[in-house]
Amino acid sequence: MGHQTPLYAEHVAAGARIVEFGGWDMPLHYGSALAEHHAVRQACGYFDVSHMTVVDVMGPDATAFLRRLLANDIAKLRQPGQGLYSCMLNDAGGVVDDLIAYWTGDDRYRLIVNAATRAQDLAWLARIADRDDVVLRHRDDLLMLAVQGPAARQLVAPLLPDGLGVAALALQPFGSVLQDDVFVARTGYTGEDGFEVVLPQPAGVALWQALAAAGAQRCGLGARDTLRLEAALNLYGQDMDAGTSPLISALGWTVAFEPGDRQFRGRAALELQKTAGVSEKLIGLLLEDRGIMRHGQRVLTPAGEGVITSGGFSPTMERSIALARVPVAATGLCQVEIRSALRAAHIVRLPFVRNGRVLVE
Amino acid sequence: MSNVPKQLQYTEEHEWVRREDDGTLVIGITDHAQQQLGELVYVELPEVGRILKTGDAMAVVESTKAASDVYAPLAGAVRAVNPALTAEPELVNTDPYGAGWLVRLQAADSQLSGLLDASAYTALLNAAD
Repeated sequence: MGHQTPLYAEHVAAGARIVEFGGWDMPLHYGSALAEHHAVRQACGYFDVSHMTVVDVMGPDATAFLRRLLANDIAKLRQPGQGLYSCMLNDAGGVVDDLIAYWTGDDRYRLIVNAATRAQDLAWLARIADRDDVVLRHRDDLLMLAVQGPAARQLVAPLLPDGLGVAALALQPFGSVLQDDVFVARTGYTGEDGFEVVLPQPAGVALWQALAAAGAQRCGLGARDTLRLEAALNLYGQDMDAGTSPLISALGWTVAFEPGDRQFRGRAALELQKTAGVSEKLIGLLLEDRGIMRHGQRVLTPAGEGVITSGGFSPTMERSIALARVPVAATGLCQVEIRSALRAAHIVRLPFVRNGRVLVE
Repeated sequence: MSNVPKQLQYTEEHEWVRREDDGTLVIGITDHAQQQLGELVYVELPEVGRILKTGDAMAVVESTKAASDVYAPLAGAVRAVNPALTAEPELVNTDPYGAGWLVRLQAADSQLSGLLDASAYTALLNAAD
């Protein structure tokens, strides 16, 4: 048996099919992953993501620490509340993990990192912070709910404590607000608008129950995966890992090379890669033939061979889509080897779907 | 609880077999199998005329999460496949013993050897719980 979130009993009572994910017993779906997917694209769905790792960073060196830790530059943030997506890199330029860092106040930040990588992430943070005047506090006392979809913000706001709902509705994308240990950010992992809410246990369970009463759809990890794949949001451990650089993972935009004197972990390796030129890239594939593309399948292009990093069925497009790492020169038509048969596919611009709309042909 | 019709025969790999009046065998996956797989989004079926040995991978059923092989419960030649599953793979979920059938086989042997009856298959499901 794995770790369980404080909402585990709620999931079981709601008829969830439970699966192990990164050491956690989590809901895969509550009956229909497809219906959950469509609810998020069309109205509102909510997920228990309390398995995610929340770390508060506090102290006089907090900003300096994060400017060394992260490939993106926390100094880009102009005012408290703003958030930033970034990778943490190792010295070879490989991705230790990806995260969102929120500026929560003077010398204070909140990091939200992945569940499956918790132990190594916490060790990595402690190692980089070794000589800094910062305190790292792992907030495993908090729940995290992701409420996503075009109707999500209007549905959540009235369920938040006094005053917080109004502040939450005023947030820009990647903005956040923290009030009495209830944290609301306008972020997510679905390609839809919505909030991620981090809050203490009794209030978190109450919010979960209130969302059901308000008519939102409970969603499991199955829908979370199909939604993030359509939105072309990378999954750590699958689309990138410690052996792949952000420059070959469609994450070059998250690396802040300027200012040139900011010495972040992995910078030297990335500069070498940039100078030499990378040989691979992460792209989107649309299958033209029938079938379903899956992680690990070979991709044959005129420029050479590649591999599917994430593949599956797109419920919105009703066909198979994938992310694949292929030679940089690859464009246009290619073939995917599915159970020893070669199937026609073509390379498309990402994402596949955003804000309920299909963006590729 | 999954549904196990009395009149069908079963395999340990969660397939069902029904003998038709013309002697052909209709094959599908059980209610238990479709529940375990979750909603199907794609079904790959064999070519009509293909000769199958017992245990050959004859079809693939894919859910949003994963692909699973379906094995030939008996040797024979494929006489027909369910044409409705191309557009509606979810028929396997909604009607696994009826509209969600997969393959019609002309068996090489008139004996249905090595199959389980409904009570033996039910016992197998109970033992796995």
